[in-house]
Amino acid sequence: MSFFRILGEKWPLLRQAQPGDASGLGSSAWTDRSQNLRPRLDGAEVHKSICPYCAVGCGQDVYVRDGRIIDIEGDNDSPISRGRLCPKGAASFQLVTGNHRQKHVLYRKPRGTEWQQLSLEQAMEMVAERVRKTREETWEAKDEKGSPVQRTLGIAHLGGATLDNEENYLLKKLYTALGVIQVENQARI
Amino acid sequence: MPGLGISFGRGGATTFVQDLQHSDVIVIQGSNMAECHPVAFQWVMEAKARGAKIVHVDPRFTRTSAMADLHVPIRAGSDIVFLGGIIHYILENDKAFKEYVIPYTNAANIIDPRFRDTEELDGFFSGWRADKGEYDEESWRYQGVEEVPAAGHKEVVPKEGGGGPRGKDVKKAPRDETLQHPRCVYQLLRKHYARYTPEKVEEICGVPPKTFLQVCEWLTQNSGRERTGAFCYAVGWTQHTVGVQYIRSAAIIQMLLGNMGRPGGGIMALRGHASIQGSTDIPTLYNLLPGYIPMAHAKQHSLKDYLDVNTAGGGFWSNFPAYFVSLMKAYFGDAVSKDNQWGYPWLPSVTGDHSHMTTVSDMTQGKIKGYFVMGENPVVGSTNGGMQRDGLAKLEWLVVRDLAMIETAEFWRERPECETEVFFFPAAAHTEKDGSFTNTNRLLQWHHKAVEPPGDCKSELDFVYELGKRLKAAYASSTDPKDKPIQALAWNYREIKPGEVDADAVLEEINGKNLVTGKPLSKYGELKDDGTTAAGCWIYVGCRADGVNQPARRKPQREQDWVAREWGWSWPDNRRMLYNRASADPDGKPWSERKRYVYWNGEKWTGFDTADFIPDRPPSYRPGPDDTGVKAISGIDPFIMQVDGKAWLYAPSGLLDGPMPTHYEPEEGVVPNAMYRQECNPRRLEYHLRRNRYHRAFDDPRYPYVLTTYRLTEHHTAGGMSRWLSWLSELMPEMFCEVSHELAAEVGLKNGGWATVTTARAQIECRVLVTGRMRPLRIQGRTVHQIGLPYHWGSTGLVRGDSTNDLIAFVADPNVQIQESKAFTGNIRPGRREQRYRIEPELAELAEPRDLPGLRPYATQPMQHNPEKE
Repeated sequence: MSFFRILGEKWPLLRQAQPGDASGLGSSAWTDRSQNLRPRLDGAEVHKSICPYCAVGCGQDVYVRDGRIIDIEGDNDSPISRGRLCPKGAASFQLVTGNHRQKHVLYRKPRGTEWQQLSLEQAMEMVAERVRKTREETWEAKDEKGSPVQRTLGIAHLGGATLDNEENYLLKKLYTALGVIQVENQARI
Repeated sequence: MPGLGISFGRGGATTFVQDLQHSDVIVIQGSNMAECHPVAFQWVMEAKARGAKIVHVDPRFTRTSAMADLHVPIRAGSDIVFLGGIIHYILENDKAFKEYVIPYTNAANIIDPRFRDTEELDGFFSGWRADKGEYDEESWRYQGVEEVPAAGHKEVVPKEGGGGPRGKDVKKAPRDETLQHPRCVYQLLRKHYARYTPEKVEEICGVPPKTFLQVCEWLTQNSGRERTGAFCYAVGWTQHTVGVQYIRSAAIIQMLLGNMGRPGGGIMALRGHASIQGSTDIPTLYNLLPGYIPMAHAKQHSLKDYLDVNTAGGGFWSNFPAYFVSLMKAYFGDAVSKDNQWGYPWLPSVTGDHSHMTTVSDMTQGKIKGYFVMGENPVVGSTNGGMQRDGLAKLEWLVVRDLAMIETAEFWRERPECETEVFFFPAAAHTEKDGSFTNTNRLLQWHHKAVEPPGDCKSELDFVYELGKRLKAAYASSTDPKDKPIQALAWNYREIKPGEVDADAVLEEINGKNLVTGKPLSKYGELKDDGTTAAGCWIYVGCRADGVNQPARRKPQREQDWVAREWGWSWPDNRRMLYNRASADPDGKPWSERKRYVYWNGEKWTGFDTADFIPDRPPSYRPGPDDTGVKAISGIDPFIMQVDGKAWLYAPSGLLDGPMPTHYEPEEGVVPNAMYRQECNPRRLEYHLRRNRYHRAFDDPRYPYVLTTYRLTEHHTAGGMSRWLSWLSELMPEMFCEVSHELAAEVGLKNGGWATVTTARAQIECRVLVTGRMRPLRIQGRTVHQIGLPYHWGSTGLVRGDSTNDLIAFVADPNVQIQESKAFTGNIRPGRREQRYRIEPELAELAEPRDLPGLRPYATQPMQHNPEKE
């Protein structure tokens, strides 16, 4: 490669004078580095999602690379949000990837002053046992007027507006079979 | 909300946010839409760009007000007077869209001669039973009709069965379509709102007549064949002891102006959680089963009783048995049949109010042993945080499922002596599971799993499925009849891998199938009451029509019109705008070319949307005198869930606190009720507990200011999804209060300094924001100051602060048991709170009771619903 050719490619002043780029803002402005720059999200898988905050239901594109979420952006296709997200929606990347998230089951014993870690299996077994025991202890076959009520008032549930429809469906179904009626969620607040 | 359910037939926003662009006037009241629903607000801005007038009625000047053509400052808790004033203006200036009102609403219906209005009884309707503290609604009915069942939320008045479907004769009720009969609904409304004049609006709301009349003129000028207007509201309207009646007031305006079911019209309920509409449709609520099917009540001993009570004589609630039997088939499969009453005797019964506040007050008395809390943070988000913490401390066991260590999980840190066992299960985020949310448009949208949940994080779906499996195993060998429903419960779902339920399989069950052919159902009209169909939620039937996950449809907006019928799926039957039969005139023609939407083409209903009507029923169809059920829906009955097919200006049943919205002051106010001797809603729910002291009804010298609460753009509800994020916490780091310059001068508050806000329940400290955006109002000749309080903070998280909800008492609307947190009283002083109030909240109970010596006698309210008197 001749010296002048190298000079012409590397020295921006000369490169600008190359034919076809009179403004000097086109191909002649490229460097080796900028030519190989790719968007941060290039090649990432896109999973379609919905913002988990308020009830407007803005569309989200969740970008995943190597099994990790690398970004969450507004979905341009959504007829509701047309690609926009509010500050909370735009922060949902941090919501799902932040280190505030608790990743293990914790248990606080009566009068305990600290959490202790439990295995998921053991915790599930303990909770199932407590549901069964409380249900047995507090079962009400008839109310004070003698009408059949088939229920327990010893167990209650709260929460649902942040959950999926399928989750609420299974929750209500199980509680109804167990006779748990004090089931409530944020619609009441 | 029954405000909408009782008026129109379904408890959901009647339109979709994108359609707001077609409005000619938009009134935003009880909502700070630009800050709390910013992305939906773009459609309000689109309307403004097309020339629409935007009105914001709110105690504070916010970014919504900044974008509006007119901001109307109002005293929190006085909206029914403002809206009632608009109704008065419409009626007295003859501005109602009568061509719409007469055929489509119950304006012409004649009411029972025994009915007496609040004007005659000084704040009570006829039928008040002082001994019981409730109304007997018998005198509210249509003349000559035994019963008029309300659509949706019918459980508010539990009844015993017998006599077959209710309201069969409702179509025979006399009507006067000239609207001249003194007892027709139109004339009763005129009488009821006769004193809701611009002068009264000024006296009670603090809104000058000129401003008020400007709103009235804009609304009425934009009504009729060519023009429409919309209302947007949020919890600024619902969280009152008269919350349902706030919504009813807007409903009446929209009916009178002919804005329902038409493009650019409707009532947009702006909800605050991703699936709060979904969690009401497929409820985690005590009083409902999926699809607004009421829970069994102890008064209804047999299936027949239950079906009699809940089946309507006309409209689509006449098919109630099909909806219920299909639900039982989805719940219990082959284990239920006609022979065992489709499993009805297995269902647990309610006997009254089992709502959140009642449950928590029971909890504080040790009546509840176990509590599941999933994705909610009641210690911060529900009123009277002290009571909430007391309740948790009295439990035997508590299970909290959330993303982070929220206050509800860590409440015991301040009371290490408490005996409660606490389990914290880490939850999977929305990106770590498949599932559907139902947004504020009643639109189901599917979110796809993008990555595996970390560590032991699990979705609620997997958690509850696993819990159910373990309980089924635990009860498998029981012979106790009470365990039969658990044994019979259909609890087998397709798993993607062991322990991970396929959410789509659950959606399949919700959508339902024909049990003979095994094919998925495509609309709720296919449901049968003979056990040959199963569906987990009848209003969601069709969401998996043709075996396709419809909520996952994502045809880009650029390739569709604004209705975007191929994006997601909305209930019912993918109708984006409810009651859209009303977008055509009685003959089925569009009211105008400009407002064309759904119309009759000579053979069927067609247009931009799925018609909210029987597809091939012509406008000329009239039922025979003995027709019942769906046959009784006339060609001019756009409100097909209602027993009479009409929108209800006047609610002859279904509401506990009156057929027409009436102004009552909040539980705690600063002025006496200038309308009636009765101060507060006589039917409101009070909770007389040691930790729940009330202030005087008004003029309480200890608590002279109006307090109201709200959300900020940068935080979400009780903070569980925002106070842990540095990006959001940095934007909005600290709890504060908003006060006017005048109040700051009066009390000695400095911008940026500390203030302590007190009520009889608690005291909290916060930073002070002195701003011209808060303005004192002149009410009944005196100056009324209002203090604004966001409520997002708590004791854990990246940014911490005192919780506003600690200040607020338990007191509720009777119809929906919603808390009153948008208008109450308190005091404010400069400086930080005393430390002891935080550590030993019991000391805050030293406050005096509500009825102080010297209180004027009529401020003493009839009390009712005292779960536990001290």
